[in-house]
Amino acid sequence: MKEFQTISEISGPLVFVETEEPIGYDEMVEIETPNGDVRRGQVLESTSDFVAVQVFEGTDGIDRQSSVRFLGETLKMPVTEDLLGRVLDGSGRPIDGGPEIVPDERRDIVGAAINPTAREYPEEFIQTGVSSIDGMNTLVRGQKLPIFSASGLPHNELALQVARQATVPEDAADDGDGGSEFAVVFGAMGITAEEANEFMDDFERTGALERSVVFTNLADDPAVERTVTPRMALTTAEYLAFDKGYHVLVILTDMTNYCEALREIGAAREEVPGRRGYPGYMYTDLATLYERAGRIEGREGSVTQIPILTMPGDDDTHPIPDLTGYITEGQIMMDRDLNSQGYQPPVNVLPSLSRLMDDGIGEGLTRADHSGVSDQLYAAYAEGEDLRDLVNIVGREALDERDNRYLDFAERFEQEFVDQGYDTDREIEDTLDIAWELLSMFPKSELNRVDEEEIEKYYLEDESETVEATAD
Amino acid sequence: MSQAQDIDIDDADGVIESVSGPVVVATDLGARMNDVVYVGDEGLMGEVIEIEGNLTTIQVYEETSAVAPGEPVVNTGEPLSVDLGPGMLDTIYDGVQRPLDVLEEQMGAFLDRGVDAPGIDLEKEWEFTPEVAVGDELEAGDVVGIVPETESIDHKVLVPPNYDGGEVESVEEGSFTVTDTVATLDSGEEITMRQEWPVRKARPTVDKQTPTTPLVSGQRILDGLFPLAKGGTAAIPGPFGSGKTVTQQSLAKFADADIVVYIGCGERGNEMTEVIEDFPELPDPQTGNPLMSRTCLIANTSNMPVAARESCVYTGITIAEHYRDMGYDVALMADSTSRWAEAMREISSRLEEMPGEEGYPAYLAARLSGFYERAGYFENFNGSEGSISVIGAVSPPGGDFSEPVTQNTLRIVKTFWALDADLAERRHFPAINWNESYSLYREQLDPWFVDNIDDDWADTRQWAVDTLDEEDELQEIVQLVGKDALPEDQQLTLEVARYLREAWLQQNAFHDEDRYCPPEKTFLMLTAIKTFNDEGFKALDAGVPVPEITSVEAAPKLNRMGTASEYEEYIADLKEELAAQLRDLY
Repeated sequence: MKEFQTISEISGPLVFVETEEPIGYDEMVEIETPNGDVRRGQVLESTSDFVAVQVFEGTDGIDRQSSVRFLGETLKMPVTEDLLGRVLDGSGRPIDGGPEIVPDERRDIVGAAINPTAREYPEEFIQTGVSSIDGMNTLVRGQKLPIFSASGLPHNELALQVARQATVPEDAADDGDGGSEFAVVFGAMGITAEEANEFMDDFERTGALERSVVFTNLADDPAVERTVTPRMALTTAEYLAFDKGYHVLVILTDMTNYCEALREIGAAREEVPGRRGYPGYMYTDLATLYERAGRIEGREGSVTQIPILTMPGDDDTHPIPDLTGYITEGQIMMDRDLNSQGYQPPVNVLPSLSRLMDDGIGEGLTRADHSGVSDQLYAAYAEGEDLRDLVNIVGREALDERDNRYLDFAERFEQEFVDQGYDTDREIEDTLDIAWELLSMFPKSELNRVDEEEIEKYYLEDESETVEATAD
Repeated sequence: MSQAQDIDIDDADGVIESVSGPVVVATDLGARMNDVVYVGDEGLMGEVIEIEGNLTTIQVYEETSAVAPGEPVVNTGEPLSVDLGPGMLDTIYDGVQRPLDVLEEQMGAFLDRGVDAPGIDLEKEWEFTPEVAVGDELEAGDVVGIVPETESIDHKVLVPPNYDGGEVESVEEGSFTVTDTVATLDSGEEITMRQEWPVRKARPTVDKQTPTTPLVSGQRILDGLFPLAKGGTAAIPGPFGSGKTVTQQSLAKFADADIVVYIGCGERGNEMTEVIEDFPELPDPQTGNPLMSRTCLIANTSNMPVAARESCVYTGITIAEHYRDMGYDVALMADSTSRWAEAMREISSRLEEMPGEEGYPAYLAARLSGFYERAGYFENFNGSEGSISVIGAVSPPGGDFSEPVTQNTLRIVKTFWALDADLAERRHFPAINWNESYSLYREQLDPWFVDNIDDDWADTRQWAVDTLDEEDELQEIVQLVGKDALPEDQQLTLEVARYLREAWLQQNAFHDEDRYCPPEKTFLMLTAIKTFNDEGFKALDAGVPVPEITSVEAAPKLNRMGTASEYEEYIADLKEELAAQLRDLY
């Protein structure tokens, strides 16, 4: 360990130290203030004359006489199976009053990239019990599927519902001992204490805490620490998945706060900013988080990620959702209009997407008609949505029967398919059956996305008449 | 420098002065620009990108955690090069041509650093058959012999472009490794199956020619409306979720190229895994052999080091050029060039260069055009003709096509396939917007389609374009007044356009029949819709109301043409049925 008392400059979260000995890039640093506080930090730039240190817990109280210790290693996360059931702060220290953590191993939190040849392509259907996800934006093991939300929308409820209900149906039949349940690693970055409590209460109430590891960096915790929290969480998740064989669901909230912290550090380092002041390397940085989801050939477990982000100004072209969308395998989009109409969960399926859906559904996985039904629902709902704009101008009377049917469909789709409440856990069969009830509103010739055999098998003949009756 | 060589530790070695992410500055390093160096105690590979006085700036192709000032830097004295020779097909590389399967054997599932592996297997023996005899005169670029590389491809061993050439003194048939000498020339030059070439320098050719053959893609909207030429360039820009990767992968699977080089540049790991798992299983539509036997994959996923992402497109195109030199038609897909541009931006900002637009370096346009100019239809030194078609995906932030990477790309490429989020939302795939896209090759490729597919190709295509254009205009009116307010002929046009969109332009990449559509089928499907159109308008002229025309029983069958297994029969029957049923109305 090397110790210096040669701070030359303090600026925002950065401390510049003059050093005589070489210091490794990314190395961990402890700074002791005159009154005995110890702050932790990390080397951002190392030259032969000086070192730039990024301090996690804020630089207040640090003066030029503070002593700086370089620990000679990069930031590590102590990992062990005993972490399950524990609550930790944003830097991985226990805050639940429980016993000290005795680590099996200490892992570098940056993590290495999974070699693409070692990956196993994710294709095991996860049943979340939420129709708008299972039916139309199917999640599979090893996927990273973020929730794109905005302030004031119930993204936390949806994330909790998924965490509670997620199972893999076939496995449930195989071992039956709860092995198909997910271990949950929860990483909170800059969320309010109230939100954190919501999550904790739900975890405790449902008994999920026992199979969870919780990392909390709250809104009033140091912003810089937020850049460490998700890496701690993911290092833990990788250990549980690839060393201990758990299927791990990682929930990261709120990625927007994480990106704000990145911008703060970038600004303090006087870097050339990219779009909207966010650093030019934000894509790469986010990728080093999101890409840590996946499956590895020959390993038991998997890491599935559900990051949550709030889109500033509901704008999905903002750099944070935009770069996220380019990395993740789809997105679940929350919608303000649906929310104000009281639909739970207010998922707008049209801009939502799951890229890994096609390989995770179909015969033997979910049901043979799944893919066609999903495409048909999309096409029909999109058409219904378009017509709503038109109705506002010309009125319903000006539309022909076909158009009116699509309008009715859009309405019923939202009420019966999307709006299911946060406590309803639907089997995939139920989801698809509801879909057929809705699709049977149309004459068979309109269903051009579904195979003819499937239409014969699932089409409800009398449905088109009952619709007419209830529509008035 | 290629990894196959031993590193000569000479006296030009330096010492690290500072480290910041992938950028390392060294002192006392006697290096030239773009020399490859090994950095630090772990020997991480890097490239010289700036020299200022005694300070040399290096971009490092691996993570630099724990690298400290004072550690050594070793210069190889050679620029970043790739190994060219048999064994590149059916292989997956990272951005600096390290085979990923070898890396997995050496360091397990996670990519560690400081590990090197040669780009082509140095131990493996290949069957070499000479094409020349002792006494023959050889020049640079000439074919010396042939090695069966995969089921589909014969690898031609060429005299390296930088050789003087001469009379063949000896040449041997038999099994050799890539480093064994297979022929010697009287100039003293020895020829092996392996050659090296610096990635940032285009391999020379005699001449570039105007491309006149289409790269048949098996995608209806591409072959039918916006064809790409063999040797042409295309860009696919689109917001996330609009199907860039699916389109690129469909092209890699079905395009009628001899060789496919697929570069996953800064994209998702799972996507590359999908390619690795799918391609060995899928048959090449031309030869029936596994697709992998004509494919070279380069995967530098988004979380792999950013400097290697910058170099991966060059690694890819150099490999493509080598097969071009053998006289093959190569298709190169780069997914996505925006990630490449971002890697440039990231390195540039670490160098504290003066930024151009949106933080991208001022040389962005020059690098992009330099890359795309390496595409083309070429005459090679050995008299053969080969082509490189480049298809670059672009990922514009926020789906905004006015951003620098899209705009600079559009100034170079001649085919533009605009992906549209709105179409993707309604699951219209491929989500290529037919009003915004264009292909400047259309006219120069028409003769080929007329000769090889049908005399009416150009006229029928023009009819489809006109109908879709008219629909676009009519839709604006419909949005205001509703469909019923339109005159009857326009209502019928809308209906016909709907079939063009849903039955012809849409194509299901996941359906066994529909995912590959030969141009003959593309044309036949179009004629079926035109039959509906022509007969429909005749009926309309005879006084039949539109709803009766559109509700003829056979019409919805148009939607199932794509997935029909015996398409020739299906379409012929359907045309007759349509004509008969529509004529029955009057």
